[in-house]
Amino acid sequence: MAAPTSRPPDAARFDGTERLLHWSTAALVGVCLATAAALYVPALATLVGRRETVKMVHVIAGLSLPLPLIVARLGPWSQRLKADIRRLNRFDDLDRRWLRSLGRDPFAQGGRFNAGQKLNAAFDVGAVLLLLVTGSMMKWFGPIPLPWRTGATFVHDWTAFAFVIVLVGHVAKALAEREALAAMVSGGPGPVRLRTPTPAATPPSAAWPDPSPDGRPPS
Amino acid sequence: MDPAATDAEITGGTPVGRRVVLAMLGLGAGGVLFGKSIQDGLARVLSPKVAAYLPSGGRFRIYSVVGFLPRRSTTDYRLTVAGLVDRPLDLSFADLTALPPTSVTRDFQCVTGWRVPGVAWRGVKLADLLTAAGVQPAAKALRFLCFDGEYTESLTLDQANRDDVLVAYEMEGKPVSAAHGGPVRLFVGPMYGYKSAKWLDRIEVVDRVVDGFWEVRGYDTDAWVGRSNGRTDKPTT
Repeated sequence: MAAPTSRPPDAARFDGTERLLHWSTAALVGVCLATAAALYVPALATLVGRRETVKMVHVIAGLSLPLPLIVARLGPWSQRLKADIRRLNRFDDLDRRWLRSLGRDPFAQGGRFNAGQKLNAAFDVGAVLLLLVTGSMMKWFGPIPLPWRTGATFVHDWTAFAFVIVLVGHVAKALAEREALAAMVSGGPGPVRLRTPTPAATPPSAAWPDPSPDGRPPS
Repeated sequence: MDPAATDAEITGGTPVGRRVVLAMLGLGAGGVLFGKSIQDGLARVLSPKVAAYLPSGGRFRIYSVVGFLPRRSTTDYRLTVAGLVDRPLDLSFADLTALPPTSVTRDFQCVTGWRVPGVAWRGVKLADLLTAAGVQPAAKALRFLCFDGEYTESLTLDQANRDDVLVAYEMEGKPVSAAHGGPVRLFVGPMYGYKSAKWLDRIEVVDRVVDGFWEVRGYDTDAWVGRSNGRTDKPTT
């Protein structure tokens, strides 16, 4: 039986555009979270003070959050990124199997991203959009009816709360998967595995009889 | 060859990622529309202790307009009452706490939306201090200055003489902490939080209202909860 994955020669796992996009977005997220903490956590708020300045930095960093993605996506350097965005967007049977087994099914491995990474990416996009919209409502509240302003604060707070939890998970996974982390720092070469067009040919997930096809333990 | 062309991960499957994003946006829109009711409901159902650990929970957010936390010990603290008065006052913390105390419990409503239910304050009625100082007939208003060096507030004399306006030194049964404006702060029960100036150290009796720190930045001078700043919160009195 054909292995569900194959390896193209020598491709870097993440190209320069993707790495720059990742780390510039990460830096902006860092600024947003640091200023958010200084505005929100009482102990820090009293330590830092300067609400007007901190607020301004938070708003500017927040509004800038989509810029790296826009620049990365629109330039002539975006070929690889475009393909990866499509990969992240699309879930097939293998991804559903991955989710059902919470990533433990060795036959649900393979492909460039697993379903967990895909969900993480989708969540980040959704969360950033929500934070942008509700944050703007909080900042430029003039025409917004009052209950919606309170609602916007409510959504902003809870989204940020969930975002931090997911981010902690993301960082923990990155620290556990040093290979992936190194690939995001220096580019690779990483295990770029392409998915064959026939994932249905793999055995049913209940069986899990063998180690993963390339002989490596399931990761 | 472009490896993407043969990659089933690109060509196959369904756009679940996009659906996740759209679902989140839908949830978010619902949250904006109904978040206020959800939040009020949570505040009613949960005990304040639990609610304090939730985002948007019923607890104080600490605001300071300067880049540090103003601190003054009770031994160094002085409160001055000056201006259009017959007997200017210069009170130590001990002088203040020796005066007959008044307790007031009210919801604390911030103009930015958060509300802390049932906060207990104890201090000296501002009206008692004014009586002790002897307000002159020309007086119309009060100006409050704070030892952070920046913050100011104002009240008309009528507002200042209400029974729920305190020069407070206890909050929830404990000394007012530095973060909450201690050792002594103003508490204006019926108005939005920004009227309750923290770190109060000087009261000037004047002949007209002088707008305070936030009021010159566009907030209402008569800051009744629910009847000012374009807001319709439930009154705190």
